[in-house]
Amino acid sequence: MSILSSDIYGRESIRRFNVAWIRIFIYFGLIFWAFVCLFPVYWTLTTVFKNAVSVTQGYLIPWIDFPPKMIGLRSLGLSPNTIFEVSTVRDEFLKRFSNSAIVSIGASFIAVLIGSLAAYGLTRFQYKWGFFKNNDISFFFLSQLIIPPVVLALPFLVLYKELALLDTRIGLILLYTLMVLPIVIWIMQDQFSTIPIELEEAAFIDGLSVWGVFLRIVTPLSFPGMVAAFILCFVLSWNEYFFAALLTGADATTLPVMVASQTGSQGISWWSMAALSTAAIAPLALIGIFLESYIVKGLTAGSGK
Amino acid sequence: MSNSSSLNGAQHYKVGIEHISSSRKSAGKGLIIVASLSLAIILLFQILYKSDLIAFGFDSWRAVLYTYLIWAAALAYGQVLVRGELGKRALFLLPALLFTISMVIFPTFFGFFVAFSDWNLSSFEGRQFNGLDNIRTLWNDVYYWNALMNTVYYLLMVVVEFVIAFGLAVLLNTEIKARKFFRVAFLMPFMLSPVAVSWMLGKSLMEYRFGPAATLARYLGWETPAFFSTPWTAKISMEVMDGWMFIPFMMILILAGLQAIPKDILEAAKIDGASSWQTFLKIIFPIMIPVSITVLMLRIIFKFKLADIVINVTSGGPGGATDTVTSYIYRVYRERSNVGYGTMLAEVYLILIIIFMLTFLSLVNRLRKKVK
Repeated sequence: MSILSSDIYGRESIRRFNVAWIRIFIYFGLIFWAFVCLFPVYWTLTTVFKNAVSVTQGYLIPWIDFPPKMIGLRSLGLSPNTIFEVSTVRDEFLKRFSNSAIVSIGASFIAVLIGSLAAYGLTRFQYKWGFFKNNDISFFFLSQLIIPPVVLALPFLVLYKELALLDTRIGLILLYTLMVLPIVIWIMQDQFSTIPIELEEAAFIDGLSVWGVFLRIVTPLSFPGMVAAFILCFVLSWNEYFFAALLTGADATTLPVMVASQTGSQGISWWSMAALSTAAIAPLALIGIFLESYIVKGLTAGSGK
Repeated sequence: MSNSSSLNGAQHYKVGIEHISSSRKSAGKGLIIVASLSLAIILLFQILYKSDLIAFGFDSWRAVLYTYLIWAAALAYGQVLVRGELGKRALFLLPALLFTISMVIFPTFFGFFVAFSDWNLSSFEGRQFNGLDNIRTLWNDVYYWNALMNTVYYLLMVVVEFVIAFGLAVLLNTEIKARKFFRVAFLMPFMLSPVAVSWMLGKSLMEYRFGPAATLARYLGWETPAFFSTPWTAKISMEVMDGWMFIPFMMILILAGLQAIPKDILEAAKIDGASSWQTFLKIIFPIMIPVSITVLMLRIIFKFKLADIVINVTSGGPGGATDTVTSYIYRVYRERSNVGYGTMLAEVYLILIIIFMLTFLSLVNRLRKKVK
């Protein structure tokens, strides 16, 4: 009897031992990958405050390895002692930054607006135009995803030149809207189909028209989904480089183009590149930290089924 | 994409017979006809003016664009007038549809028109039709075929990314502390701008003299850690950077799939005495196949667009080893500013992608039928 129980006790301890090892393995994997994800960001952030010696020596930890200097921020005219002075670099940077903000917010707004309308229509009504029914129209929208930007870029270069839209923010907004529209329609179709249709039918009976129902009932209910779609669109448009590089020259140039042009030139110092890169990723890093759940919601719409 | 039908929720009933007065109907029809006619007339005048056949017209084509917008508004209002309730329903779809058609279908076909020409934007000659010359040049363009082969390599690497992403998703799905921290940390690379990443990783972290990655490589025994100097190291480094940015994306989707697995199935397997490895192989993996296919398809679509980091880190080098089709076309355009040849390359690429995706979809469908 006692032997048997000790045997059980032994097995139990072996099992616990295994479980402990598995947990250690899991945490090791997680921490390793978190390091892989975050170290480049940390490296860039600290490089903003490194002078040439600190860079060449590969110092990593501020205050311990190297005394942080404000040279990265100064190169953009954003350090404490230069912020009130006139700075052409800062003006340039702020112009690019505001271009990026206007273009990505504009494109995301238009895409969420017309995309939500189309998605609602495709979810709730039966359309039939010739051979095309709802599923074909949905597929048409989604199939736009596979078109690589390069196919549209050169024809648009010619078209925009003729339409006097080259190097304008409107031109970029239109293209970015096109780029993110399929994603909005996908996310919002998923959202609308989860709203109980009885709510809308009750509103019909109360005398609202289809548009009244959409604006008063459906929009408030699906607002979190719209926010998720908007954020995802914002991320994609903010990061877009290819169209911006080809279709803008002086006025409408966005932040990624400015970063890229600085990367190309050789003599540029690491700290100012790091400052510029940090500025380019900072808004999105903040979104990633504080609005992570919305991004996950947007990305996973419709795929879990 | 193929499962878009599964997204459909409940639908509203069809509209019953609605009485619309004939005067309203004819007003709507009249509006659409007038708008279409004025669009056609303005378009015709502009074409004539641009080909120097008449003396008056607008300097840019923007007037046509404005007329098009007015036409679209008139079309939408006319729909409501003519078809009543059905027209109001059509209004939901119309803006997105008109927008997409005018922004994609027209430029793509316009692209075919451009593709068969020698068109240097910086010269005054303008468009010169040159028949099949571009196709002949393309056929003998070693760099283009090389870029296509590189794309095949990058596509194959999607499998490696998928395995890593799946592993990470499984780790994240276990009972862990600080899950929120790990999720935010793992998602971070996906949020970053590719251009910034190409500096952060390619030009600074992997810089061969001072970069921490190079220091680490030296420490591990690689004496000359030049990540972008030989063709294969450059290819692998590029893939590492692209994977770094997109593994989070795949991981999030796989994680959502894992979390959607009903708990009772897993508990039943545990009670039946299945080991965790058996549970994974026999239960989790089959359930995850549809999600995995969606993830792979989306990843492949993004992979076909890979360009930003290639352009900014190596600009295709060394010797075209890291070139993708997009980065190659970008370089061709920047060097020769000839839109004709670049467009031909792009259109051929589009056709190849469509063929690939159709094959992929039909294979997937066949697989699904087999499983059933």
